[in-house]
Amino acid sequence: MSDSLIAITGDDFVLVAADTTHTRSIMVVKESGEDKIMELDSHKLLAASGDNGDRNAFCQYVQKNSALYRLRNGTPLSTRALANWTRRALADALRKHPYSANLLLAGYDASPTEGKPGKVSLYYIDYLASMQQLPFACQGYAGHFLLGLLDNGWRKGMTREEARELLDKCIEQLQTRFVLGAPKFAIKLVDKDGVHVIESADA
Amino acid sequence: GINAEYGTPPHLTSTLNKQPNRFIMSIMEYNGGAVVAMVGKGCVAIASDKRYGVQAQTVGFDFEKVFRIQERTFVGLTGLATDVQTMASKLEFRTKLYELREERQMTPKVLAHLLSQLLYEKRFGPYFTEPVVAGLDGKGEPYICAMDLIGAQELAKDFVVTGTCTENLFGMCESLWRPDLEEDELFEIVSQCLLASVDRDATSGWGAVVHIINADGVRTRHLKTRQD
Repeated sequence: MSDSLIAITGDDFVLVAADTTHTRSIMVVKESGEDKIMELDSHKLLAASGDNGDRNAFCQYVQKNSALYRLRNGTPLSTRALANWTRRALADALRKHPYSANLLLAGYDASPTEGKPGKVSLYYIDYLASMQQLPFACQGYAGHFLLGLLDNGWRKGMTREEARELLDKCIEQLQTRFVLGAPKFAIKLVDKDGVHVIESADA
Repeated sequence: GINAEYGTPPHLTSTLNKQPNRFIMSIMEYNGGAVVAMVGKGCVAIASDKRYGVQAQTVGFDFEKVFRIQERTFVGLTGLATDVQTMASKLEFRTKLYELREERQMTPKVLAHLLSQLLYEKRFGPYFTEPVVAGLDGKGEPYICAMDLIGAQELAKDFVVTGTCTENLFGMCESLWRPDLEEDELFEIVSQCLLASVDRDATSGWGAVVHIINADGVRTRHLKTRQD
């Protein structure tokens, strides 16, 4: 809950931001430098919040299975397929060995699959494995501060600059009003050219 | 259905503070939602809200809770969103398998029994969802049925409801429903029942979808509602 993840989609890109702190209860293990946005493959990002161990383990699990599919079938999974796979993995684990990881999965698909329009998609998957495709999303307490701001500022077909501006406003809000507002956010973008690191998690 | 006072989702239980917290909800109210199904003359209607929320926070407005499982049979599921999605997925799997083997559609009555079995098999660790089945059988006869989270079926000749505002829905349906409603009237009445009920429930609403099923097909309409 204390990790903040924010993602904003445009027509052909998705901007994903995550705080870079690693905390444990009341202690700050690491104030910045923790990269919570994993690159699943050339055109997909998985941002995760939650307990550090579960977050890392589950993200790696998704990443390696995505790679396995690509090796076996000669083609990568579409974002929608991978999101559904991820949801199912979390749902199956829920009543056996649950992962407390909240996710935002963003991806670019070169050819829209299964009749779904649009080239980019963003999926919000919470730790109970309920999933929604959304134009913008937040995980953690960040949502309480930012969903109103995003409702107001987001428009379909935003440019990268507009999205970045909106994201900066969001980060500023968290740093001003959120008691756990992190000093540093990592920002990554995914579009037709792949994953771009806009702001590195490293200091 | 039974009064399911199941525990709260883990991240809301406090190990330090044992005082009652008015923000903690039952697991069935965590996501919220409402579904209603009604019988008309040679047709059935099934409707749901579209809110996807986490307690007081609304996250999405596109979360339809009614799934077209067979040509003329819909299943509406409320309760914990993850289990709504899991059950819908399981049902799709089982009905597709049935279609492959039997080379025919599953009738709503059979689907309801299948659903009941799937729920009861998890009797001591259930799926937190209370479904509603609505459809037309092979002869065009309407069929509706509701279930609690462990699969106890409730057949009805008039209407069935499920979700976080069942009291509201029961009141509205009891007042407005009458037998042998034509399609257009049925649509009006189902819509009014749903809207008036979810407007008084904080965790339901944010849009609505209504499906009218008759012998010729299905008409789907999305309603413009209060976005709060």
